[in-house]
Formats: sequence, structure tokens, C-alpha cells
Amino acid sequence: MAEDGRDESLATDDEPDHTAADGNNSLNNSLNNTMVEEGSTLLHTMEICVAEAERRNGKNTMNMQETFTVYLVETRPMDAVAEGRNPAPDSLWRRYSEFELLRNYLLVTHPYIVVPPLPEKRAEFVWHKLSADNMDPDFVERRRVGLENFLLRVASHPVLSNDKILHHFLTEEHGWKEVVYETGFQAKADSRLRALSATFRVRNPDKRFMEMKHYSDELQSHTSQLLRARARVADRLYGVYKVHGNYGRVFSEWSAIEREMGDGLQSAGHHMDAYAASIDDILEEEEHYADQLKEYLFYAEALRAVCRKHELTQFELEMASQDLISKKQQQEELATGIVRTFSFKGMTNKLFGQEAPEQREARLKLLEELIAEGEETVKEKTVECEEHVERAWVDMQRFKEQKDKDLREALINYAVMQISMCKKGIQMWSNAKECFLKM
Amino acid sequence: MSGQTVPADFSGHMLDLDEDEDLEVFSKNTSLADGSPMPNSPSSMVNQYRLEEEEQQDADAQDIFITVDNPESHVTAIETFIMYRVATKTTRGEFDSSEYDVRRRYQDFLWLRSKLEENHPTLIVHPLPEKFVMKGMVERFNHDFIDTRRKALHRFLNKISVHPILSNSQHFKVFLTAQELLSHKKQGPGFLSRMGETVRAVANSVRGLRSRPEEFTVMQDYVEDFSSKICSVDKVTQRIIKEQREYFDELKLYSPTYAQWAESEEELAAPLNGVASCVERCSKESEEQIQHLSEVLVPALHEYVLCTETLKAVMRRRDNIQAEFEAKNEALASRRAHQEALQDEVDGLADRVELSNKALKGDWSRWQNGMRSDLKSAFLSTAEKNVDCYEQCLAVWESFLLSQRVEPGEQRDGEDAS
Repeated sequence: MAEDGRDESLATDDEPDHTAADGNNSLNNSLNNTMVEEGSTLLHTMEICVAEAERRNGKNTMNMQETFTVYLVETRPMDAVAEGRNPAPDSLWRRYSEFELLRNYLLVTHPYIVVPPLPEKRAEFVWHKLSADNMDPDFVERRRVGLENFLLRVASHPVLSNDKILHHFLTEEHGWKEVVYETGFQAKADSRLRALSATFRVRNPDKRFMEMKHYSDELQSHTSQLLRARARVADRLYGVYKVHGNYGRVFSEWSAIEREMGDGLQSAGHHMDAYAASIDDILEEEEHYADQLKEYLFYAEALRAVCRKHELTQFELEMASQDLISKKQQQEELATGIVRTFSFKGMTNKLFGQEAPEQREARLKLLEELIAEGEETVKEKTVECEEHVERAWVDMQRFKEQKDKDLREALINYAVMQISMCKKGIQMWSNAKECFLKM
Repeated sequence: MSGQTVPADFSGHMLDLDEDEDLEVFSKNTSLADGSPMPNSPSSMVNQYRLEEEEQQDADAQDIFITVDNPESHVTAIETFIMYRVATKTTRGEFDSSEYDVRRRYQDFLWLRSKLEENHPTLIVHPLPEKFVMKGMVERFNHDFIDTRRKALHRFLNKISVHPILSNSQHFKVFLTAQELLSHKKQGPGFLSRMGETVRAVANSVRGLRSRPEEFTVMQDYVEDFSSKICSVDKVTQRIIKEQREYFDELKLYSPTYAQWAESEEELAAPLNGVASCVERCSKESEEQIQHLSEVLVPALHEYVLCTETLKAVMRRRDNIQAEFEAKNEALASRRAHQEALQDEVDGLADRVELSNKALKGDWSRWQNGMRSDLKSAFLSTAEKNVDCYEQCLAVWESFLLSQRVEPGEQRDGEDAS
């Protein structure tokens, strides 16, 4: 796999906080993200696509027979393509669950990145003709497109595209899972309880992140409402078009008993049949629009995750600072003998007499060590928090620009679809009108 | 006006003897008219039917113009009902004046129609709108119902007025001109004699026809087929309206989702609001489509559904006339006494058969042309309206696209979020 065009060394992904090269690069390029990254993302060196989907039978983790779908991931070095050679692509098969594993890994490893979402696990916002069955060929096809989209997004991301595990995913079919687990990323995942607790107890989160978190809630709520309403509209529109097919049948029968009206009725009926049939393609195209919106519905979740991570790091920093302060206070009390805070030790001292000087010395020494540790911790947490804020803010800006561009395009595409539908309708009814004139 | 029993229609349309058909349940509402009478100009009235070229000439030569408008609630001690204004303008010699203005209720129309059928049993008399509302509309006499009925009554009178034979009917003239119809209603064969005719008709039909002329059998078959086809078209159209209404309801909920989203966006707000207003416009067009179907196609189809009942009745009456003749003819053949008197009677009945058949044949082709013309124009109008609605939607979406193509340059220079 060609590696030209990428300047920074491949950072190990076990310690994201110390990937200096990565971090500096994205920080430096924060204002010119899209322009510079074009040259240094994976996508520039490698052509990626999810070419096919196939059904397989196998045993699952419980050793039971199951049917599942695998997707063919193909890669080709870009320079070979540019030179006009057409080498066969390298390819391997991946299941949806492996994509999920990859994404979970990326989420834990790059917590300041708004990680692109996967296509939905189960079909939602389904209207009556659309199948909710995961094995349905249309669903599988749309999922294939979604998985390819996911890989393209990741591979064109300034930070994510350099991830080693991602490279493995694309190139090593067997043993990839073991490599992922060996990174120990699962241990680093923040527990839900911790994250939730931080959300409630954090005192000074960055205002911008709080606004962004609020925005992510809005984005999620609005896109899901829109998708739900659109699905219902699609359902009804389907009904309207299909009912016109009945005209086709009845006109045809009626034309058989008429002399002068017969021809006009018969051909009008054909146009009604065509009209009824035209809705299938129209709505199938609209599903692509729905998928574009769905991507951002799920992106909202990823955005919120980044904000929550900020809350967590900020909270931990606050906790560490608080801890340090209280230890320093204890030190002061011990040193000066003035008890400012209530402590059990203090009370027992009062009741049973002061402790021996050697004990006091020991305690002071311990406290000194603890304080030194605490100061280190606070330094670490501060760096962690600040780095997260800086990197996350950069990526959130990148995300915002991408979102605005993509969704605007999606809306324009939607308008184009509507225009096409209107033009078809005009043609159908004009044809019908010509037939009625012949009646 | 006291309750008036309307004579039963002997062909089988037994009218109820109560006043249900135009009793109102209004207590508060007095006037339902929107104030403005229908336009009286000849061309606008002719446009009601969009007559074909051949008939266009007749229309230009038309010498009588009738409008039905201005429905008003009429309250008496016993009942409340709707009165319609029937305005006539004519240049016909047999009319004493050139303009008439009378008020008629639905019952009066029923009377007129039954008289016309009585006097011309084998002519095809255009049907009246139905007595009751079938499909469980909660308010039987709300504004839409009155207006739909008024339009149908208007069409009825105009159909009569262009009929070469029926428009010369004395009853028609009386209907259009008499200030007070009651006295005229009391004339004519009584209720009992009408019952007698019905009994005879039933008796004759039991005996059966010897030989119905081929052309009338063909006609009968056509009527059966046409009846089922037109009912199907009517049903399909109702179904389309139902589906369209449900689509419209969902569209109304869909467009605000874009507008609401726009509120939390900056760069995206403009395109989102653009889409919201496009969808809203499309929902408006959908509503217009529904309205058009309800006002143009449905009434036209519905009238021809009612027509099939008329046609069946006409065929039955023709058969009865023939049966009566055949019965008397047989009697003549088998009886020796009273031969001369019987012979006269049989000759009279034979003439009657011939005249009835001729009348029906003539009216049949007339009816077919009318049906073709009416339904053709209704379908044409529907197709044109649909094209129009799609064109409106196309225009808004295209202008949205245009707005988006222009903006990019300005958007890039817009302020950053942070």
C-alpha cells in the first residue's frame, strides 16, 4: 500500500493524548482544514469501495446457526489508478458487526473527533411499502452504500484516516478482530455511569460545548421529526398514485361498450396505469434523500458524545483540583495545628490527646507525597482537558462546515427530485388530456 | 305553505309522502346565500356545459336562459325549508314576458320532473339531485350540501331547456313563470289513477314481452353495462379524493418540520425555510385538486350514475307500452264481441307503441351525445387542473433551486459560527 503523500508518521493509537504529530498538524491547520487535508488523507492514496453484499451462513458466538450478510471491501492504490494501470483491487469481506467494532474503537481512541456514523442497524422510519426486514435486498443495498459512505468519510478525515486499526480493517481480513482487542481500547471506554455523573456534577464546562451539546439535541430531534413526517407523506403519496391505476382498469372495461368514446378512454386508461406505476421509482429515489438525513441524525449522537467527553474531562479536572485543595488544607492544619475543617482524627485528638510528634511527621510526609502526586494529576488532567477542548473545537468546526455543505446539497437534490416528479406528472396528465380530447 | 303530498312516480320512484327532502333543521341561520346571484350572461351559462361544436351553434341560437341561485331559508309555522331563486330570460314567443323571477323549493322540482316523465314516458329526463345525503354527513343541510344541490338543480333546468321536446312542455313553462305553483300542482291525473296505471304496468310485465325489437335489447344491455362502469368510475374517483385528502393532511404536518429545524440553524436556515415554503405551496395545490374533483368531476359522474336509473325506468316504460298493446291485440284476436271498439283501442295502442319507440330512439342518440360531451369535458377539466397544479409546484421548486444556486458566493462570506 503506497504511503507517499503522508508526511506525519503513523501515530500509535494507544495514547491519543500524546500523538504530538497528529495533534500539532490538526491544530496548525485548523483554519484550512479541507484544503490541506486533501493532500494528506488516506483517500488520496487509496481508492476504497464497498462493492458487494452476500449472504452467508455460519455459527455465531453461541455456536448457533445464523444467516448474515457480508460486504466486500475493495481497495486499490491511487497512484496505480492515476498511472492508468488497472490492477485488481485487494478485497476482503466484513460483517456489519465488524464495522461496529471499528467504529467503537475509533470512538474510544479519538474522543475529541465527531466520528462518522454507521448506517442504521435496523430499518426505521419505514413506510408501508418499505420492508423492515434486515435481509430485504433493498435494505441490504442501501446499507452497502451507507457502509461505503462511512469508510469514505473516515478515510478522508484528517485525523481518523491515519489510524492504524483502520488500515488493518481495510487490508487484513483475518486476525483483525484480535488486533483490535489487543489494543485494550475497551478498558479505556468511559463507563456510562461516570459520564452521566459528570454531566450532572460538572461546574464549569466550556460554554461553547454546552451550546454545541444543546445544538446536537436539536439536530437529533428535528431530523427525526422530519424523517417521520416524510415517511408518512411518502406512504400517502403512494396511495394516491396507486389508486389512479384503478382508472386504468375501469376505463379499459368501459371503452369496450362505447363506440365514439372507446379509443379515447382506452388510451387514457393506459396513461393512468403509467401514472400509477411511476411512483415506485420516485419514492425509491427519495429514500436516498432520507438516508442522507439519517446520517446527520446519527451524527448528532456523535457530536453529543464529544461534548460529553468534555464534561467528563472537565469534571475530572475539577475533582482532581478539589482533591488537591483539600489535601493542601490538611497539610496546613497539620503544620499549624489550626483545625479549620472538621475531621474525625481531629476530634479524637481533642478527646484522647494529640498524637505523638513522630506520627505527625509521618503523616505530614505522606501528605507531601500525596500532594506532589495530586499536583501531577492536576497537571495531567489540565492538559487532557485543554487538549480535548482544542482538538474537539477544531473538529466540531470541521463537522459544522461539512454538515452545512452536505445538507444543503441534500436539500437541493430533494428539490431536483420534486421537479422531476412534477415534470412526470405534467407529462402524464397532458397525455391523458390528449386522450380525453379524442373522446 | 302546508305540507303537500306529491303524486307518486308510477315508474317505480316512489316518492316519500313526507317532507323530508327539503326540511331544514336550522334554528338560527336564516340566510345561506353568499349574496351574489349566479352570473346571468349567456356565455357563462353556456360554459357550464362546454358544449361541442355542433351544439355550440344551438347554444348561440338558444333562446332561453335559466339560473338557479340564492338559496334562502324559508320558515313557516310547521316547517323550515330552502327556497331557490329561479330566474329566466327568454325571447320565446309563448312566454308573455322576457324575464321571470320565481322562488321554488326542491319539492317543486320533483313535481316538474314527474310531470315531464308522465307526459313523455319514453323520453330521457335528466335526473334531479338526490333527496337524502347518503354517506353519513353529519349536517344534512350544511352550506356545501345546499350549494351542490343548487348547482345540480341549475343543470337540471338547463338540460330541460335545451331539450327539443321537453322545453316546450306546459309544465315547464308554468314552473318557470307562475308566482305560485300550488294551484297548478293540484291539476292533472289524481293519485288513484296513477296507482291504477302502476298496477296495470306490473300486470303487463308479469305476462312478459312477446318480442322486443333488437335495437332496444341492445340498448338495454348497454344500459346495464354502462351502469356498472359509471358506478365504478364514481367509486374510484371518491377513493382518489379520500387518498388525496390524507396526503394533504400529512403534507400540512411535514412542512413545519423544515421550518422548525431552520430555527436552530444558521447557514442552513435559508434553504430549510425555502423547502418548507415549497412544501406548503404543494399542499395548497393538493387542496385545490381535491376541491376541483369534488366540484367538477364528482357531480358530473354522479349525475350519470343517477341517469342510469332513469334509463332503466325509460326502458321499462317502453316495454310496458308494448306489452299493453300486445295484451289488447291478443284480446282482439280471441274475442268476437265489441270488435270495433277494441279495434280502435288496439290501433290507438299501436300508434302509441310506434310513437314511444320513435321518441326513445331519437332521445337515445341525443342522450349519448350529451353524456359523451359532459363526461369528456369533466375529464378534460380534471386533467387540465392536475397539469396546472403540477406546474405551480414545479415553479416554486425551480425558483427555490435558483435561489440556492445564486447564494453560495454570499454564503461563504457570511460570518462564522464561532
